Amino acid sequence: MMEGDSTDTFTGNRGLRLEEPLIFEQDAPGRSGVDLPEPLPVQSRLGGLDREDAIGLPGLSEPQVVRHYTRLSQKNYAIDAGFYPLGSCTMKHNPRLNEKMARLPGFSDLHPLQPEATVQGALRLIDTLAHWIKTLTGMPAVAMSPAAGAHGELCGLMTARAALEARGDARKRVLVPDSAHGTNPATAAICGYEVEAIPLTSRGRVDLSALKAALNDDVAAFMLTNPNTCGLFEDEILEQAHAVHDAGGFFYCDGANFNAIVGRVRPGDLGIDCMHLNLHKTFSTPHGGGGPGSGPVVLSEALVDYAPLPWVVHGDEGFRLVEHEGDAAGAAPYGRMKAFHGQMGMFVRALAYMMSHGSDGLRQASSDAVLNANYLLASLSKELSLAYDGPCMHEVLFDDGFLKGTDVTTLDFAKAMIDEGFHPMTMYFPLVVHGALLMEPTETESRESLDQFVETILHLAKRARAGDAQAFHDAPVHTPRRRLDETAAARRPILRWRPDPVQGEAAE
Amino acid sequence: MSDLKFSKEHEWVRLEGDIATVGISHFAQEQLGDVVFVELPDVGKQVVKDGDAAVVESVKAASEVYAPVSGEIVEVNGELEDDPELVNKSPTGEGWFMKIRLSDASELDGMMDEAAYNDFAASPG
Repeated sequence: MMEGDSTDTFTGNRGLRLEEPLIFEQDAPGRSGVDLPEPLPVQSRLGGLDREDAIGLPGLSEPQVVRHYTRLSQKNYAIDAGFYPLGSCTMKHNPRLNEKMARLPGFSDLHPLQPEATVQGALRLIDTLAHWIKTLTGMPAVAMSPAAGAHGELCGLMTARAALEARGDARKRVLVPDSAHGTNPATAAICGYEVEAIPLTSRGRVDLSALKAALNDDVAAFMLTNPNTCGLFEDEILEQAHAVHDAGGFFYCDGANFNAIVGRVRPGDLGIDCMHLNLHKTFSTPHGGGGPGSGPVVLSEALVDYAPLPWVVHGDEGFRLVEHEGDAAGAAPYGRMKAFHGQMGMFVRALAYMMSHGSDGLRQASSDAVLNANYLLASLSKELSLAYDGPCMHEVLFDDGFLKGTDVTTLDFAKAMIDEGFHPMTMYFPLVVHGALLMEPTETESRESLDQFVETILHLAKRARAGDAQAFHDAPVHTPRRRLDETAAARRPILRWRPDPVQGEAAE
Repeated sequence: MSDLKFSKEHEWVRLEGDIATVGISHFAQEQLGDVVFVELPDVGKQVVKDGDAAVVESVKAASEVYAPVSGEIVEVNGELEDDPELVNKSPTGEGWFMKIRLSDASELDGMMDEAAYNDFAASPG
């Protein structure tokens, strides 16, 4: 137990905020939610591998289980509970209309192995969503199957690799700027490339001359994030694209921040060869603890022929899935990324979002996201130190310069925000900015909620500078648990519950 | 004044004969915060100057440790696997990462002495 966990109530509960033991700690042997008859004895076909001991599941009644998970859910902080300005992750409202559409039995009760004739509506939905994606990005093709952002990055790089190998020009290096998402270099490495970092200028954008100097006939791709993780639009992107193409490489763009430019800029007009979209960020499908991602990848003409299977085509008798290379009409797909067709539930939600907003509504949403971020930039710059001059795009980046000499760190500041009822922003990322605080308000926050956030942050910044460091070191004080020991959790993690915990192993 | 030489990537080197002991600087461990994991190269691996040699992971971030000199890895500090906090407690002592048999001693010429490195680390940016 951490210091400060004790309460003065008999139960340990604080009002209606209830303490909840682990489900295993509530085990009462023999207790059960259902009462089934003993099965009849059967001849074992397990070849001597029959289980000998109890499986070790806890025994609880149904009402105990219901309370357990309800109490856990009440400890959760989510976009449905409050403001969640997590930079680079776009925690915005997920419209309930999307959920209603996704629960239609014609979508929710499908099996991916059903005959095509029985799933024409679902195939049409994939085809319509692909049409919207291609239109919004200005790209000729899209691979729908990748499961989320990093999977989409891998899809994009594998497509580029297939195209390079097809022309007998396998290359070795991938260039990634310091302002890219952290998954980009990881993707390049897992795809078998050497990764080389490209530095930024003092404007927080890719150093074009450094990029040009690093390019040669050994570079397979340049992986840009635009808008980048400093929340800035890469305004030399056309020059970057020319330079990469002149060197014979492919131009990958991480589209995780596409939500800042939907309806305003088409990646296809910027010389991009492949870009994944995070449907779960840009087009509002629940993610993180709330659901899976979905990361379709748009492809330029140069890469169309190498797209992974499967894809939907208009056949003589309705929609049809191309599932095999022999059926690919001369294309050379490199394989498939996923057993089935993609994250169908996310497809339904994303298309519901697109169609309910319309193209004008999508443009409005991205415009409002940028406006809200600039509202934070303008309001918070009074007390906080901006990492790079604005205006910014959908997120605003501060460094910890405003905390210099206060003995308060970015982490302390974030913990104090929790006490005020806010989910902290992204901290210490991007790495190029010291003690980074990256805030993404999204378009779905009202002026009132932004104002309350701004006043809170200004108040905390003044308090830090007034010499109240101890209060920040103590934070959080109003949470079910106080400051957790992240170091011990990482160095000596306890990954499973055991009946007899080994004392002293986890606690320092 | 120590006998250490420093790189701009915040590694230090201590030379004994043709064996260079390598670690990360006090400044680097301070910037990283509590180190929770260190990935070391295999003994026998050839490393090249400024190429990837190890990975250090803290509560804040994972970072590459570059080889400040080229050569062959002859020994690594296995203690770090169980006690990564040695990097924080004693970055230039018990928290060393690896020993490299130098292939080109002249690569040390471009490195900074402690005074020059401290000035470099203290400068903004």
